[in-house]
Amino acid sequence: MLIWPEYMKPILEIKNISKKFTIGHGQKPYLNLRDSLVSIFQPRISSEVFFALKSISFDVYPGESIGIIGKNGAGKSTLLKILSKITPPSSGKIISRGRIASLLEVGTGFHSELSGRENIFLNGSILGMKKKEIENKFDEIVDFSGTEFFLDTPLKHYSSGMKLRLAFAVAAFLEPEILIIDEVLAVGDADFQKKCIGKMEDVSKSGRTILFVSHNMASMRALCSKGLLISKGELIYSGKMNEAIDKYISASSKAAHSGEIPPDASSTNKGIAKFTKIVLKGKNGVATDTIHYRSMMCLDFEVNALENLPDVMLDIRICTPDGLNLVHAMNKYTSPEERALKKGRNFIHCGLANQLQPGQYSFSIGIHYPDGSTIEYVENILNFNVLNIADENNEGFNYNYNLCYVRFESEWKIEN
Amino acid sequence: MEYEIKSKEKLTLGLGELWQYRELFYFFTWRDIKIKYKQTVLGFAWAVLQPLIMMLIFNAFLGTKLYDASIPLPYPIFIFSGLLLWNFFSTGISAAGTSMVSNADIIKKIYFPRLIIPISSVLVALFDFFMACILFIILLAYYQISIHLFHFFFFSLVGILITSLSSFGLGSLLAALNIKYRDFRYIIPFMVQALLFISPVFYQIPIARNSWFNYFAAINPMYAAIELFRKGIMYQPLNTNLIALSLFSSLLLLICGIYYFRKTEAYFADLA
Repeated sequence: MLIWPEYMKPILEIKNISKKFTIGHGQKPYLNLRDSLVSIFQPRISSEVFFALKSISFDVYPGESIGIIGKNGAGKSTLLKILSKITPPSSGKIISRGRIASLLEVGTGFHSELSGRENIFLNGSILGMKKKEIENKFDEIVDFSGTEFFLDTPLKHYSSGMKLRLAFAVAAFLEPEILIIDEVLAVGDADFQKKCIGKMEDVSKSGRTILFVSHNMASMRALCSKGLLISKGELIYSGKMNEAIDKYISASSKAAHSGEIPPDASSTNKGIAKFTKIVLKGKNGVATDTIHYRSMMCLDFEVNALENLPDVMLDIRICTPDGLNLVHAMNKYTSPEERALKKGRNFIHCGLANQLQPGQYSFSIGIHYPDGSTIEYVENILNFNVLNIADENNEGFNYNYNLCYVRFESEWKIEN
Repeated sequence: MEYEIKSKEKLTLGLGELWQYRELFYFFTWRDIKIKYKQTVLGFAWAVLQPLIMMLIFNAFLGTKLYDASIPLPYPIFIFSGLLLWNFFSTGISAAGTSMVSNADIIKKIYFPRLIIPISSVLVALFDFFMACILFIILLAYYQISIHLFHFFFFSLVGILITSLSSFGLGSLLAALNIKYRDFRYIIPFMVQALLFISPVFYQIPIARNSWFNYFAAINPMYAAIELFRKGIMYQPLNTNLIALSLFSSLLLLICGIYYFRKTEAYFADLA
């Protein structure tokens, strides 16, 4: 790590930042006047305080690129919103010594009735560029986005990919001292993502300071020198990016599903057998909900059978978050002893070679009679992540999820 | 450039920051003007047609009933001059009042001085006003109203200034309230309607009678704006008490509006 000379002050000093939200019981998404008027006369009904961030402190030095990682809901986005002045902290302060531009979304302020050209100017100025600056970079922006033929077409006729490219192109030419980016790379096709990551690398090499939130561990590893790990609003680790990623994975293993399946979880149940427990284990045999790319995983589950079932079909399905059934695995073609359940508790282990591409998935599990009629079926009982880095060698998969879901084992031969 | 982000910022007007972001006024106003008349055949002509059609309707239905001989102007000119400012005011406060909510997706994602949004809404209304002014000048010539040029410009400017400031004050107050209490989405149209009836748009508020209604009508900031604006084309004495009351109320609205807006704006993104 670089040692900063003493005279060099941090460009950002984050000191004890907390953000709390008050959650009143039965509070509506927004207030209405009647309730406010009534509450003048009534003592406040009990309300809970929820801390989205709990006294976070860290310093950022000029030229550093910092990756912030953590689970959904850990407080990463709240932190970025406070840094970009969108919402104030509840306590603590931030000292900033540079112009901050934030990209919490690409294409903020895009209007579908305006043309591409007009939207470049509108979006650019909302992001904090001066009109002169936009004019000077206009050709480069258009070039980068690849939409020169549609410049005078209203945005509503653009495809979503074109909109995205235009939006990122404007953002890519921002030149603030500090750039804050939230998960904007999780969009677009693989080709465009590669272009974006390349552009980001240029930006970080040009000496600008970047704060970056993403779930794409491979691009975080490539781009960021320093990593911050946030969990439940607290800063758990701050240091090297690689270590932050390792800590993130082991922390998520600890937090993994306790494994108990509540009795009312089944969507179909004949009352003969019941799933009571499910645990996903990584290659090292530790319970987790995060699996490396191209690694073995093991699904352990427990079935409580009320009678002997000599021949059953156990099956595992893996679905995407949009409910697409992707993968099916079953014990149909195994030996008869692997298909019989005894009365009482049965422990089942299933080894799976992970061939999924990085992303979020969930397991559904079922027990069926050989004729296919269902005894017990539990849908989406366990969520898990496939990371875009393989564990032993640093071999990663530097794109996002849009490249299909499943990777096939394949053999290649080239004859020249 | 060094600055701090704290939980409680000092309450200021934030003029320096507004100046720094001055280009955004232009872009927001330009965007709203463009969008307003997109995909319309008549385009900007609507800015002129709206008050014209309203004037013709009111003239046809109220021309005989509300016209009193003490008005030293042809009734169409009398209504049109009132409607001009009134339309500016009402579109200004309606647009500004709902502006924060309709730009919620922007304010949740990016920082800029929030006052820019309601001010731009008022600027859009001002643009429409100037478009309609062209017709007003034509009408003045058609009815051969004699005007003293300096007198006309002076009082017109005063009227426009009062209307701009009070629609900005009331508009930003409503914008801040609306983002917290969405009830205002329903309150604003009624308020606009009610204000129209107590404004001297179709009728003259008699200056001689010192009735309670006169004072009630003069609390309305548009009273002074319309009366002073008309003073430019109509030589009649003004009731200085009523004008002062009305000016005071528009100043009060401006101060309250900006104060409440600035006080609550930090939490807009949490509420939007």
